[in-house]
Amino acid sequence: MANKFDIQIRAEQGYAILETAGYLNDALGEQLSREAQKLIEKGYTQLVINLDKTALINSIGISILIEIIEALEERSGTLNFCGLSATQERTFRMMAIAKYAGIFPDEKAAIANF
Amino acid sequence: MENIVLKDQVCLTIPMDRDMELVAAKTGSVLAELNHFNEEQTEEIQLAIIETCINAFEHSQSEDRTVIIKYIVKADELECKITDHGVGFTPEDQHNSISKRQEIHSEMRKRGWGLEITKTLMDEFDIESSENGTTVSFIKRMAS
Repeated sequence: MANKFDIQIRAEQGYAILETAGYLNDALGEQLSREAQKLIEKGYTQLVINLDKTALINSIGISILIEIIEALEERSGTLNFCGLSATQERTFRMMAIAKYAGIFPDEKAAIANF
Repeated sequence: MENIVLKDQVCLTIPMDRDMELVAAKTGSVLAELNHFNEEQTEEIQLAIIETCINAFEHSQSEDRTVIIKYIVKADELECKITDHGVGFTPEDQHNSISKRQEIHSEMRKRGWGLEITKTLMDEFDIESSENGTTVSFIKRMAS
């Protein structure tokens, strides 16, 4: 059984948005990490990860998100999340992610708060 | 996979293979929805099942490579008992495993969250573990 997932990337002036769809486990997390790393290497240090189409996230997937936060910190960058469900936001706050990354309701707010 | 359906109890056996935790989570989701849990609580139940199953996949060292999930449905609550036949663990094992990890931000550690997340999201939580295996039990009560 293969978990279907997808990542849409939109690079804008000064920031980029990565929009995930599907179960955020190790496989999607690693793909997301590779895409984020490519953007960072191109000079994008302000990233938004939109999780609106990701209904389920496991702790392995979240651990990979932490690696993206750390990679951006090395470049003095910022990661903002949006589109989280209430349970996802609660889990992110429990894992202290909210201290090192922004959590916003939608892309507009995430972009406005870089 | 073997499914046993009783009046108020469903038992599911899953192999320890990629994404099989989703099968267990979706079953829990359907039972929660049938029993009128709200969307947020249903998601919490799914996440607790996913984390507990992944924990068994990664750490149990089970020879039979299966996890048994028993869902017990009551009027206002859903109980899950998730069992593996692995080597078991003690709370000290778990603490030591977490303490050994080196992180840039110690409070934002990457791994070792599974059972902590489950415990936080559920209303009751219990672990029974021995050298013959581990059963993690949790109960979610319906929001009033």
